[in-house]
Parts: sequence; C-alpha cells; structure tokens
Amino acid sequence: MAETGDMTEPVIKLEHVDAGYPGATILKDVSFEIVRGEIFILLGGSGCGKSTVMKHMIGLNPVLAGKLTLCGLEWTPKTSAQLYRKIGVMYQSGALFGSMTCLENILLPLEEFTPLKKNERIEKAMALLKDVELSDAAEKMPSEISGGMRKRVAIARAMALDPEVVFLDEPSAGLDPITSSALDDLILKLRADKSMTFVVVTHELPSIFKIADRAAMFDKARQGMIALGAPQVLKDTADDAFVKKFFNRGE
Amino acid sequence: MNGQFAFLGETFVAALTTIVRPRQFRFGDCALAFQRASFEGLPVSTGIGLLLGIILAFQCAAALKMFAVEVYVSDMLAIAILRELGPLVTAIILAGRSGSAFAAEIGTMKVNEELDALTTMGLTPVRFLVLPRVVAAILAMPILTVFSEIASLAGGAAVLSMMNVPLTVTWDHYVSITTLFMILFGLSKSMLFGLIVGLIGCSAGMRTRSTADGVGVSATAAVVGGIVWIAITDGLLAWMCYVWGL
Repeated sequence: MAETGDMTEPVIKLEHVDAGYPGATILKDVSFEIVRGEIFILLGGSGCGKSTVMKHMIGLNPVLAGKLTLCGLEWTPKTSAQLYRKIGVMYQSGALFGSMTCLENILLPLEEFTPLKKNERIEKAMALLKDVELSDAAEKMPSEISGGMRKRVAIARAMALDPEVVFLDEPSAGLDPITSSALDDLILKLRADKSMTFVVVTHELPSIFKIADRAAMFDKARQGMIALGAPQVLKDTADDAFVKKFFNRGE
Repeated sequence: MNGQFAFLGETFVAALTTIVRPRQFRFGDCALAFQRASFEGLPVSTGIGLLLGIILAFQCAAALKMFAVEVYVSDMLAIAILRELGPLVTAIILAGRSGSAFAAEIGTMKVNEELDALTTMGLTPVRFLVLPRVVAAILAMPILTVFSEIASLAGGAAVLSMMNVPLTVTWDHYVSITTLFMILFGLSKSMLFGLIVGLIGCSAGMRTRSTADGVGVSATAAVVGGIVWIAITDGLLAWMCYVWGL
C-alpha cells in the first residue's frame, strides 16, 4: 500500500448522502470522510454509482439527500465558484478541448483565473507538462497523441490552478498495463511533490493496491457503501462475500 | 421546455455580463465561428440567391407577360428579395450549414465530457461556447444576405435582359422601387434570424444525449427547429408589417 498522507483534516465529508439523479436513487445513506493528502479510491462494479458519487463531489449534480461538504462548504450556486477553484478533474476520456493544443488546454484555466502575465502562464503550463513528462507534446493537438498521453495532459490541466483535491475518473480505463502502471507512478509522484488530495474512481486492482490509502466500495444490488478502509485490510479481513470476491478475483 | 427557458435565461445573463465586462468575451472563438458561418458560406448562399432570382424572374415574367408588362418583374423581384426572400432563404441556408455545425460541435464536446470539464473549471459553457457562436451568426447573416440579394437581383436582371428588357431599365426599376427602409428592414430581419439560428443550434448541442445517435439527433433538431422558428418569426413580422402598414 502507498504511504499514507497527513490524515488529520477532512477535505470531503459525506453525511447520509443519497446519490443518483432526480427520480433514480442509486446509492442510499452513504457516509465517509476523505482527509487531506489522501489517495482515496471509489470502487465497485459497473453501474454501482461510483462515478455518480464523484459527480456529486465535483458539483456537477446535487446530492438527492444528506450533506456533502468540500473543504467545509456545501455545493450551492453561491459557493460553486469558490469550490471549483479548489478542485481539478480528469475525466475518463481526458476531455481535452480538441480545437486547442495540449499547451493551450493547460493555459486556459491560467488565462481565465490567474493574474499571471503571458510568459509566466506559458512557463507554468510548460512546468506542468514537464511534471507529467510530456514537454514534447506542448504544440500537439489532442488528436495527435495517445490515450495515455491525453490523460496525462488532462492531469496537468487539472492541476493548473493548484487545487486542493484532484479527481481522476477511471485513469486506467483503456490503457495497457504498462501505461496504466506509469500513470499510477505519476499520481504517487504528484501527491508526494504537491501534497494534494486525490480521489480516484477505478476498479483496476493493481492500481488500487499500488496507490490507494483507503477505498470505499459500493454495491449496486444493495444500493449502498459496503466497505471502507485500506485495500489490503479489506482484502485480508472483509467478511462480505462481494468484497472478498472483488479483491480476490484472479487468485 | 423548462431547460430551453433556462438556456435562454443563462444566455441573456451571459450576454449582459459580457457587455459589462467585454474582456470576458471569447473574441478568437467568435472570429473563427464568424469566418466559418460567413466567408465559407458565401458560395452556397450566393449561388442559391442567384438561382432564386432567376427562378422568380421566370415565374413572375410568365404571369406578367399576359399583360405585356414584363418590365415590372424587376419591381416585384426587388420587393420580394429585399424584404422577404433574401433574408428568409439565407437564414434557411445558415440553419442548414451553421446551425447544424454549432449543434454538432457543442454536442460532440458534451459527449466527450468537455462541457463538464469547462463547468468544473468554473467556466460557464454558455459564455465560452454559446455566446461567441450566437454573435457570429448574428454578424454573418447580414453579409450573407447582402451577397445573396445582389446575386438574386443580378439573376433576375439577366433573365429580363433575355426577354429584351434592357439592363438599364431593370436597374432604374430596382432603384426606384427600393427604399432605405426596405433594405434596413431586410437586414434587421436577417440579424434576428441569425440570433434564432445561433440560439437554436447551440441549444440543441447543449441538450445532446450520450447515445450513438445523440449528435446526429441534435444536428437535425438544430436545422428543423431553426427553419420552423425562422418561418414562424417571418410570418409574425409579415403580419405586423401588414397591420402597421409598413
């Protein structure tokens, strides 16, 4: 298991949250906290609601019931502008803007939200590209680079405004094991360098064991969270048959 | 329907905010959308305009020939083209070319989670994507309309000259029947149609669903919705002009 961060202050707190969409509750009564500096994994089978929980956390959809706070604030129209500055998100597809180069993608949030001068912005964007080991791809369009590279650029863009929490939606999806492992190394390196909190949606076991401090596991059938803790502990001690099966698959 | 009212409200607020803080406007994106909607659309709209003038001239001439007054075809053409058909046909072309393109571009971005990415960066997709395209459509329409109308009138003049009406006579009739109001009314209407095409195209894109046919459905909705609302608006304007004697 990865080295644990400074586990004191909760950055994200869910209290009795019902997750889903109006008229379609997916998870009920979910409660947990994510602390500063932690790499926290949301996991479970397809359609179990892990991405939905992430969408609640990043303010795209309001929770159906309960309370969700990010850095002590609830998502409301009044707080959303403030809270968006505290997060960075890497979407499953990368979601890079296709009409912009990789460098321009990273420059965009810097242009919109920082008082930096043009050369300072470029300097910072290039530094971020260097962090993700993609300095050579600065002038390339997203369509000209591989899926793994797009995800790394998307991580660089997510970190452009030095957010407190970085959300990664299925970073390993569609990547070969070597690229996926390199991406895990990158996440660990960024956490060590920048002391950010990472929330990762994934169901890739090697990634989970490599990077996670703790994980929350959801089950579609029971419409709720069925496990919470360090992945290795869950694997070794869980009583729940579904959790055991999930962590011991392939053995 | 609630979603469409919310979209209109959000666009209105974004427009007001941009007027107060013009630096927030994405001039580069607007220029690109304007170039695509106007200059790249000129050959089609001008070509259709030319054919429209030729066809109208033949049809009007067939009717007026019975009274041996083919010379008045030019008057009919000028009124019909400048007041009505120039802006209307150009708007339909804009809906087909640019309205569908707006819907497809924004729809593809939505499917690729780029709209979510903008939102979670704290940028409103309406300010970032919709406003530049709507402004581009409003600005492109008068240019497309002017070229289309000139081509229509030229086409009509060519047909009349084949019917032994001298070009100078046709020109005199065009000039004498055309008023400044007629030109300004046509151009104002064209800008209104540009607004409609831009709003409906972008709205369709924003409502794209993440299904296999999602982008296609949005592009179709943009074209059909655009044409229907242009026709409704044009009908209302024609009725108002009749009632107010304009």
